[in-house]
Amino acid sequence: MSEKKMIIVDGNEAAASVAYRLSEVVAIYPITPSSPMAEWSDQWRSEGKKNIWGAVPIVEELQSEGGAAGALHGALQAGAFGTTFTASQGLLLMIPNMFKIAGELTPATMHVTARTLATHALSIFGDHSDVMACRSTGWAMLCSNSVQEVADMALVAQIATLESRVPFIHFFDGFRTSHEVGKILPISDETIRALVDDKFIIDYRQRALSSDHPIIRGTAQNPDVFFQAREACNPFYDAVPGIVQSVMNRFADQTGRAYHLFDYYGAPDAERVIVLMGSGAEAAEEAVDAMVKQGEKIGMVKVRLYRPFDASAFIKAIPSTVKSIAVLDRCKEPGSAGEPLYQDVVTVLAENSATLPFAAKPTVIGGRYGLSSKEFTPAMVKGIFDELTKSAPKNHFTIGIDDDVTHTSLTYDPTFSTEDPKTVRALFYGLGSDGTVGANKNSIKIIGSETPNYAQGYFVYDSKKSGSMTTSHLRFGPNPIRSSYLITRASFVACHNFSFLEKMDAVEAAMPGAVFLLNSIYSAAEVWDHLPKTAQREIIRKKIEFYVIDGYKVAREAGMGSRINTIMQTCFFAISGVLPKDEAIEQIKKSIKKTYGKRGEAVVAKNFAAVDAALAHLEKVTVPTEANSDFDIVGAITGNPPQFVHDVLGKIAGGQGDLLPVSAIPAGGAFPTATAQYEKRNIAQFIPVWDKDLCIQCGKCVMVCPHAVIRAKIYPADLAEKAPATFQWAKPKWKSMEDEHYTLQIAPEDCTGCAVCVDVCPVKNKSDASKKAINMAPQPPLREAERDNWDFFLSIPEVDRAKLSHTQVKDLQLLQPLFEFSGACAGCGETAYVKLLTQLFGDRLYIANATGCSSIYGGNLPTTPYATNKAGRGPTWANSLFEDNAEFGFGMRIALDQQKDFAELLVKRMAPAIGDELAAALLTSPQTTETEIGQQRERVLALRAKLAADPTSDAHNLLAIGDSLVRKSVWILGGDGWAYDIGFGGLDHVLGSGKNVNVLVLDTEVYSNTGGQMSKSTPRGAVAKFAASGKSNSKKDLAMEAVSYGSVYVARVALGGNDSHVVKAFQEAEAHDGPSIIIAYSSCIAHGYDLIHGLEQQKLAVQSGYWPLMRYNPGLRDTGKNPFQLDSKAPAIRLKDYIYREARYTMLVRSNPDLAAKLLVEAQDDVERQWRVYSARAGMPGRGETPHIAPEEKSEEKLAAASAGGPK
Amino acid sequence: MIDFSTQYLGLKLSGPLVVSSTPLSESLDNLKRMEDAGASAVVLTSLFEEQLLLESRALDEDLSRGTESFAESLDYLPDLKDYRMTHEVYLEYLRKAKQAAGIPILASLNGATVGGWVRFAKDMEEAGADAIELNTYALATDRSQTSAELELQLLELVSAVAGAVKIPVAVKLSQSFTSVPHLVARLEDAGARGVVLFNRFYQPDFDIETLEVRPTLHFSTPSELLPRLHWAAILYGHMNIDLALSGGVHSAEDVLKCIMAGAGITMMASALHIHGIDHIGRVLADLRYWLEKHEYASLWETRGCLSRRSVPDTSPFDRGNYIKTLSSYSLRQTVAAF
Repeated sequence: MSEKKMIIVDGNEAAASVAYRLSEVVAIYPITPSSPMAEWSDQWRSEGKKNIWGAVPIVEELQSEGGAAGALHGALQAGAFGTTFTASQGLLLMIPNMFKIAGELTPATMHVTARTLATHALSIFGDHSDVMACRSTGWAMLCSNSVQEVADMALVAQIATLESRVPFIHFFDGFRTSHEVGKILPISDETIRALVDDKFIIDYRQRALSSDHPIIRGTAQNPDVFFQAREACNPFYDAVPGIVQSVMNRFADQTGRAYHLFDYYGAPDAERVIVLMGSGAEAAEEAVDAMVKQGEKIGMVKVRLYRPFDASAFIKAIPSTVKSIAVLDRCKEPGSAGEPLYQDVVTVLAENSATLPFAAKPTVIGGRYGLSSKEFTPAMVKGIFDELTKSAPKNHFTIGIDDDVTHTSLTYDPTFSTEDPKTVRALFYGLGSDGTVGANKNSIKIIGSETPNYAQGYFVYDSKKSGSMTTSHLRFGPNPIRSSYLITRASFVACHNFSFLEKMDAVEAAMPGAVFLLNSIYSAAEVWDHLPKTAQREIIRKKIEFYVIDGYKVAREAGMGSRINTIMQTCFFAISGVLPKDEAIEQIKKSIKKTYGKRGEAVVAKNFAAVDAALAHLEKVTVPTEANSDFDIVGAITGNPPQFVHDVLGKIAGGQGDLLPVSAIPAGGAFPTATAQYEKRNIAQFIPVWDKDLCIQCGKCVMVCPHAVIRAKIYPADLAEKAPATFQWAKPKWKSMEDEHYTLQIAPEDCTGCAVCVDVCPVKNKSDASKKAINMAPQPPLREAERDNWDFFLSIPEVDRAKLSHTQVKDLQLLQPLFEFSGACAGCGETAYVKLLTQLFGDRLYIANATGCSSIYGGNLPTTPYATNKAGRGPTWANSLFEDNAEFGFGMRIALDQQKDFAELLVKRMAPAIGDELAAALLTSPQTTETEIGQQRERVLALRAKLAADPTSDAHNLLAIGDSLVRKSVWILGGDGWAYDIGFGGLDHVLGSGKNVNVLVLDTEVYSNTGGQMSKSTPRGAVAKFAASGKSNSKKDLAMEAVSYGSVYVARVALGGNDSHVVKAFQEAEAHDGPSIIIAYSSCIAHGYDLIHGLEQQKLAVQSGYWPLMRYNPGLRDTGKNPFQLDSKAPAIRLKDYIYREARYTMLVRSNPDLAAKLLVEAQDDVERQWRVYSARAGMPGRGETPHIAPEEKSEEKLAAASAGGPK
Repeated sequence: MIDFSTQYLGLKLSGPLVVSSTPLSESLDNLKRMEDAGASAVVLTSLFEEQLLLESRALDEDLSRGTESFAESLDYLPDLKDYRMTHEVYLEYLRKAKQAAGIPILASLNGATVGGWVRFAKDMEEAGADAIELNTYALATDRSQTSAELELQLLELVSAVAGAVKIPVAVKLSQSFTSVPHLVARLEDAGARGVVLFNRFYQPDFDIETLEVRPTLHFSTPSELLPRLHWAAILYGHMNIDLALSGGVHSAEDVLKCIMAGAGITMMASALHIHGIDHIGRVLADLRYWLEKHEYASLWETRGCLSRRSVPDTSPFDRGNYIKTLSSYSLRQTVAAF
């Protein structure tokens, strides 16, 4: 055994480490939660890390998972040993190639973080629905249950595939295992080498394509031989179980860790047995341990090799004493006779009924658990064992939910606990990006590597990208940790953000006598009076040892901003007792040096200072004997929401979604819009404050606010009479409205504090240049008054849209946004465009949204940002997939067109009943302006009134689709990952379709949502994930590709470059009767700078010529003009003056200056080349691009054509 | 042939003209051209205390921003094995410069307070620097901070740097000191082997249209030489420390004035930006021509000849100069009135 030193890694790194070392080609594409495996591979390649044969593998990103599978297939055929990583729908995109690879008996391994398939909703979390969808592909399937097993089975799979020629899916549970940090024994190069027999590699290469000894593979076969050929693979599949077991045995010889195709665990004379695979088996093992100790005759079978399913090994694994078996599936197959593993078990037992070793035929039931990472605990396992004692146990049961609709769920006692008393459990509530999770990962490393203790870390994030709550679950102890479930009882609880106390019971999970650490602006003497009553009572009742520290203050003073990681970590070690204090502090400092050393001494120094300051500022609270608070937890939803929002969404927002029964959740996945308004998150420490005297009412702050928290209204002066005392107004700077009031109001509890509004404000105070017409100020003192002002502001009627210019930024501030308070990152560069879209066309807007950031901030539960106007109209929104969004929107368009055509047909048919005049008006309304659209809506209302009592089928049909007579606007939204890469084929097709759809590409130049991986939009010279050594190719010019059609409206816009231009483009795109595409520069957190400067960066991008503003309007051709308009000036600054303000570029300068210098020269050349093409195109006279170049038709040809009936 | 050779900080130099800190020396080609044109040494651009601090913090912020807060994107940029920081780039360039040039290369550290950054002096020494020019400028913006405290802070810094390295250290001073002779004497005690009079730095300028304040730096003009000549003439001969003048040296005449005031060497940068690197050769030729014409055998015969110690009437260097200037001005006005 060569691997004695344990390491701390997560499941993804454990798998990638083995896969990389055994690969020559790694084909990758990002998808959660598998992306880190691909990121590791790319990073290792950029660092020159070698595989076990001493070569650096090639790691290449493709345009989709389908592409990655295709590339892998090709690489395998050409004789390279390869791998890929994926999950969920990404795995499904690989299925066509998986059939091929397996059919060709090609050794390959893919490592899958098993993830939920999108059905009624998308979910990034873990279950087995994706791998189960691949059962028929012919790939062997090997499952790992823990981080250690991930490392082990990754190797077993990679070796077994070589020896068996059958490709392997090695899978483990998404997030629960892929993201769990654990202490494991690593797989050494020696172990790998000992298991790899080069003979198989050489055989493999000899079977590959070669022009030196050519073969052809992938022929087309006919009914005469296909069937026989398909059966020819049988011996290979028959051999797989034996080969896998043999590899496992050799692996055990090397490492001491023994595995079997099916591992039985429990009483040798068990009467009740459960069968399952994945991380749930770890929790089940704990339950089995505890119950066997209590004398129960129970046990479990862990399925490791799921395909090919070895019936004989399975039967042998079960004690002959068994009477009843529960088979657990972590997936759902609606309409099936049972879920897959259950069906396999039933089939195996039925087929072998004559030879079964059991005393009596066992009862077999199947059940579902843990979908989308739903908790699966030992208590649930006990519930299942208890069910098995019944004479007629429930079949096709569910566990872990309350199914009050079809009553499938089992009941269980949630208080049953199997937690090891020797294991320390610690729970931390942090604010996203305050460093809590990073600090905890670091603590695990310290404890795991500096003590003999085992360690486990699991991290839960909420659904928002800004101001989110993170929960860290840490376990440490002398025994191996198998608890694959969240901590509900902890001896240490830390709340790193005081405001959480308002929304949740942070002390609930603390055990009696636990230590509670609170990051508090209040000192030990003051804090008690600021705690909600529930928290006070819990602290007293449980005799909790209570400490406070003003982490933010200490962080600020140490120059750490709002990152309190080191401070809170120091406090944890100082009071938790997991390590002697001095030793712990020394280790923290050692680890600071290791972690931050490469970022420079100043960072190390400030972290050291933070450690010392933390110790100096940590205070113990003397807990009073009585709870005296006059307030309590208010929950996450406020205001007067509709009942559904309160009862259902409110519970989800309050972290109690697990308690909702099936009946509470809409079947089919439809939810109401306009719900974000009820979730007051109060995440901004500072919010903007309006200076009404200085303000010129330009509307820029309203325009750029990513979260729609700055609004303006003009209203009759008398309305202000009932305004709260601090409500402000000014005289409107609009002609004809001077006698009214103008107010610019901030939503204090929805603001994220990004300060983009302040940055864009063009006005400066003449007496104090540090002040603008809008300035940031601390939120807490303003919160209450501004909340009242906001509520009052909302009660003021919206300005009549007909009175406003819909092309002027100044007027646009008065149009109600129907997209508000999204959970996007503070300062997000995308959301202002989405908001603008809803301001302009929101009440007749259909949105098809590609998967990505915009689908997450746009459609992630609990609450969603798309809103409705007073009439109840607003955007209607749906997400299909990542790859098909253009087609999805196209489908919406043709459905609306079809409905409109049908409605018009019905109107014509029913004209006598409707009245000829109304019918004619309904059919001929041009609907080019808002007024005309409004008039058409009135007509539809009139139509409805006339048809209400009409009993005919036509009337009923027309009533159902009457709204389609009002013009609808279909917008297809997505990021560059979709538009440039995975969805490009569909996008291109839809642009070529001629249909009236509008495409808005929110171009952040990386896959933002999955963590910044390179797309074809990523610019040359930028560093991104999957381009850790810098992107060497230029960005694709999507605009010019679209221009090439000649009939597509195309615009390239940047809000910071020219806001009026953005508005113009949106209006023209909507007006164009055909496909339109707008490519919008979107600043992104992945660019590596403070997004407060996002608009400034956009301006520089335009000024440098990198992002030329252009519009291509085919309609202009009809008026004799050149459709191509270049709307920005020639480059005025060098490219480097724009790009070297962003870390994505400067990182390459730091890592590879010579390459950076070379790519900069090329990138500058790209800019100039592009500019020359654009300006030449824009400079063409008249219709410009379509001069009469072809030779004039000769008169005799015209005559001949005419006499043949052709054109004259 | 007129002898130009001299010693500065114990280094043997071929002539009186050293290139002071300028971005021009950030290319090895330029360094070579400077040497070929007759520069006797080059001071590289500065490694700034603030730059090191800000860079480190900015990198940390860029890599930390938004991390570990959303399940799908736990970070946004690849965390690389190592990041080349400015000081590493600097040291690497210093090594290359030493290999490329045959003349002494002086590294430059710019800062105001003692801190971890001081260790880079040692790194510079190891990278081959012949000497270190410590460019110091502390700006008092806090009313509680006294002049004495600022001087003490400077002396601590000099002592820390000089104590850390074996190579000589020169201190480039700002003009904003009251008792320059006293300070220079204490700098000598603290371990400085030379002083450079004086540094020029970015000054804030106002854009009255946008109400913005922007740092600006203009090229020096020969008129800036006067206060430098003044202080050099006062200091010369009174302490055992080398004097270098920098700021306003544009011509052979300027060089001569500096040497006559008592400087060991002169430093040039702005003139090279204006006239090109070859300007060094022209200045040296002019200098040679002047010395030959005036029958000097060596440049060093002129050294300090117009220093305060060597002139019969010291009043031009003292307050008398002030009175004289005023009175001559008013007399002229008076005469003109009549």
